[in-house]
Amino acid sequence: MIEIRFHGRGGQGAVVASNLLAMAAFREGKDVQAFPYFGVERRGAPVTAFTKIDDRPVRIKSMIYEPDHVIVMDSSLLKAVDVTQGLKNEGVILINTDKKPGDIQGVKGKIATVDATAIAVKHGLGSKEAPIVNTAILGAFAKATGIVKIESLVESILDSAPAKKNENAKAAKEAYENVLIGGE
Amino acid sequence: MFKGYKDLPVVPMTWDTTMVNMTGGWRTYKPILDPEKCNKCYICWKFCPEAAIDVDDELKEVPIIDYDHCKGCAICANECPKEAIEMVDESIED
Amino acid sequence: MVKKVITGNYASSYGAKLAKAQVIAAYPITPQTSVVEKIAEFVASGEMEAQYIKVESEHSAMAACITASQTGARTFTATSAHGLTLMHEMLIWASGARTPVVMTNVNRAMAPPWSVWADHLDSVAQRDTGWIQYYCESNQEVLDTIIMAYKVGESRDVLLPSFLTLDAFYLSHTYETVDIPEQDEVDEFLPRFDPPYKFDVEDPHLFGSLSFPHQFYMEWRYQISLSMAKAREKILEIEAEFKKTFGRSHGGLLDEYRCDDAEVVLIAAGTMASTIREVIDQYRDNGEKVGLARLRVFRPFPVNEVRELAKRAKVIGVLDRSYSFGYGGAFFAETAGALYNSPDEPVIKNYVVGIGGRDVTPSTVSGILDNALSLKEKGLDREIEWIELKEGGD
Repeated sequence: MIEIRFHGRGGQGAVVASNLLAMAAFREGKDVQAFPYFGVERRGAPVTAFTKIDDRPVRIKSMIYEPDHVIVMDSSLLKAVDVTQGLKNEGVILINTDKKPGDIQGVKGKIATVDATAIAVKHGLGSKEAPIVNTAILGAFAKATGIVKIESLVESILDSAPAKKNENAKAAKEAYENVLIGGE
Repeated sequence: MFKGYKDLPVVPMTWDTTMVNMTGGWRTYKPILDPEKCNKCYICWKFCPEAAIDVDDELKEVPIIDYDHCKGCAICANECPKEAIEMVDESIED
Repeated sequence: MVKKVITGNYASSYGAKLAKAQVIAAYPITPQTSVVEKIAEFVASGEMEAQYIKVESEHSAMAACITASQTGARTFTATSAHGLTLMHEMLIWASGARTPVVMTNVNRAMAPPWSVWADHLDSVAQRDTGWIQYYCESNQEVLDTIIMAYKVGESRDVLLPSFLTLDAFYLSHTYETVDIPEQDEVDEFLPRFDPPYKFDVEDPHLFGSLSFPHQFYMEWRYQISLSMAKAREKILEIEAEFKKTFGRSHGGLLDEYRCDDAEVVLIAAGTMASTIREVIDQYRDNGEKVGLARLRVFRPFPVNEVRELAKRAKVIGVLDRSYSFGYGGAFFAETAGALYNSPDEPVIKNYVVGIGGRDVTPSTVSGILDNALSLKEKGLDREIEWIELKEGGD
């Protein structure tokens, strides 16, 4: 089983992202589970969401404490939340930032970065002040981990993104091309 | 009639309608309609909460009070614009 | 058949749509809201031909469902926690009036303090209301159970309302793969609701009026008890039929997993059962004879199944995600009660777990299994234990 934990802020689309990733894996014949750690939803508050992907039925119905990979949708969360808690040694930590992986200090794991904010703004997703970065970050995740194909992800977005399906699909593809992976 | 759980309908209900439920016996004051005063506006029929006042299909006659079911609430007497309905104490009625 | 990745709440909405519920009366409450939001969308778009009644409270929602059901309409509603408990009076009315309403209840803790997370107290507290209660483990089971619940509840020898429960967030908001059956298949499986008596101007009766002590109140209650007993057979019969049509089933009243030769069995309901399966497999790999008996139906209580289980198991651990203050968890008390007049005497222990949405992880389950295994030799250590309780005090 592959377990992915999302860290975002209310309004960035972490919950939808966890679901779209699950749908993409489902398109590739996997069994999936996606769910939020549900707090009282407020814009800007830290949000956690989970995706589990497996070749056999996913049966464990508890939260993820030892993720294979972590996605950080807002780099300011690196200070606010222990995003790498329990992250497995070979795991990827994908961060939404305009920095290069080598410039990120004090974070364990295989670092990948993508400027999902700029990509989201460019495609008119959300507003400049509150861009919705979820589909861009998923595109980057597809490249950084290879867990799902970009084609499956794009199909899921076109099928199930709540709004601006084409723009979201373009954002995912652009992020897929532009993600920077540490150590490469 | 029912004897026990084996004869009861599954739903708690009566076989009959409320027509068999003679609520006229609950009455202490009886409404008496004076046909001379009545202008056949049928306001009493409209207001009766027990549907115990009947009117004819042609709307030509004065209303008829169904004393088997009238509970003597006096709403009809209160609403009648012509004061054509009088509430009479049943115990002293001859 | 279409496979979709949907939440448990949406699985409920699809279930109600496929069952062709004709009247929906509902009031929103976290974490149930998306069940009825989705149904409202179905009705607004014309995908679902139903009357959607907006009401001012859950009490009114149930009153509307009961009345609609008495006219012969198939009715559905959904609620959670405080909404369900506000309905309490009307729940008893629904079973007394023999209206086979079907409802989704998202299991959520009761305040105070406020908690919107998984806990079974809300529905367990309705155990004496005369409703059939199903506890679901997966989103697929949610959808399938709605369809089956109508068929069980509407059958003339049952005529009782049913609710199914989903653990808050663990099912309600979790996306899982669900097979959505074709409408014509469901139509064939589930005929129109045809009650023996209903509100009918051509055939008027007096419904739910007064019954004096010397009349038949007691006998009508006894009839409900007979119908509830009949529901035991009906649930099994209709699930077998469901399996024939749709190729799936969910384990009847007490869903056994690797219990055949199990010396230690855990009884549990809801989503924790799914996690327990995974842990049972790990223990089996290590040669431990352990099993799970998932309490799928709490009302009617699976007395016979529990007695059968007790013939084989040396230790039965009962997991309760709620507590009946004054005497252990309800699942425990009823399991113990079912076995009192049976010759088999396994050790029975109550594990109170996951209260207020506390995560029940594989390691939580391992802790319980290790303890239960130790009871095989040493006997009962304590009758009731709250698991992973934070003690503090130092």
